Amino acid sequence: MSSRRSRSRPSSGVSRISEDQIIDLVSKLQQLIPEIRNRRSDKVSASKVLQETCNYIRSLRREVDDLSDRLSELLASTDSNSAQAAIIRSLLME
Amino acid sequence: MTSIYQINSATRIRFARRFLISLSRMRRASTLGPPSDEEIRTRTRRIRIVSYSSMAFAVGSSRAWSRALVLKIRNRARFRGILRNKCLASKKKRVIKRHKVSREMSKTDMLRRLVPGGAGMGICGLLEETAHYMTCLATQVKVMQSIADHYSK
Repeated sequence: MSSRRSRSRPSSGVSRISEDQIIDLVSKLQQLIPEIRNRRSDKVSASKVLQETCNYIRSLRREVDDLSDRLSELLASTDSNSAQAAIIRSLLME
Repeated sequence: MTSIYQINSATRIRFARRFLISLSRMRRASTLGPPSDEEIRTRTRRIRIVSYSSMAFAVGSSRAWSRALVLKIRNRARFRGILRNKCLASKKKRVIKRHKVSREMSKTDMLRRLVPGGAGMGICGLLEETAHYMTCLATQVKVMQSIADHYSK
């Protein structure tokens, strides 16, 4: 990313060390975002990763909202508790 | 650094358990007969809050974002009755403002707003917390989805 990095300089740099860490963390984030992961392009700018991260978090929150809505309606119609045991069992087995 | 992008199944199970217990409590408390639209809206809101809080408590104090979220939830519960109307009104205003500002805000700032407790973190901490937070959100969604699928059968 930055070609100005010079490792010969003595630790004037907590900032030097952090830069590597930041690049490392950004690339880890990259792996987590399906948008970027599926595109199979290696060169993604940090700015793009941050943007996609924000978009991804927002879309996940929207999904939680929609699922809350769906569960709310479903809760009204189901009447048996036996479904719960089945759910827990299947969740534990994944 | 331990795998920041893989939360273990123990957290997932803790989340699922808390969430299901809260759901069954809600169902038991519901009124007889078909619920009104108002009741459904209230329940939707409660389910959403319970979802986030279940995950925050499942993660516990091991993460900065979960600590911040737990604190927020506890504080909100304390003032819920008194300040509820006030909060709803100011929340609307805040949402409108956010759309105007987002273009000028840096991406890092946007991220700080999205991740609980992000405001007080350095960039390294923020990125780490973001990765974990995103993974937990994705797990929340998956678990809620499978519960909804089971209930719809």
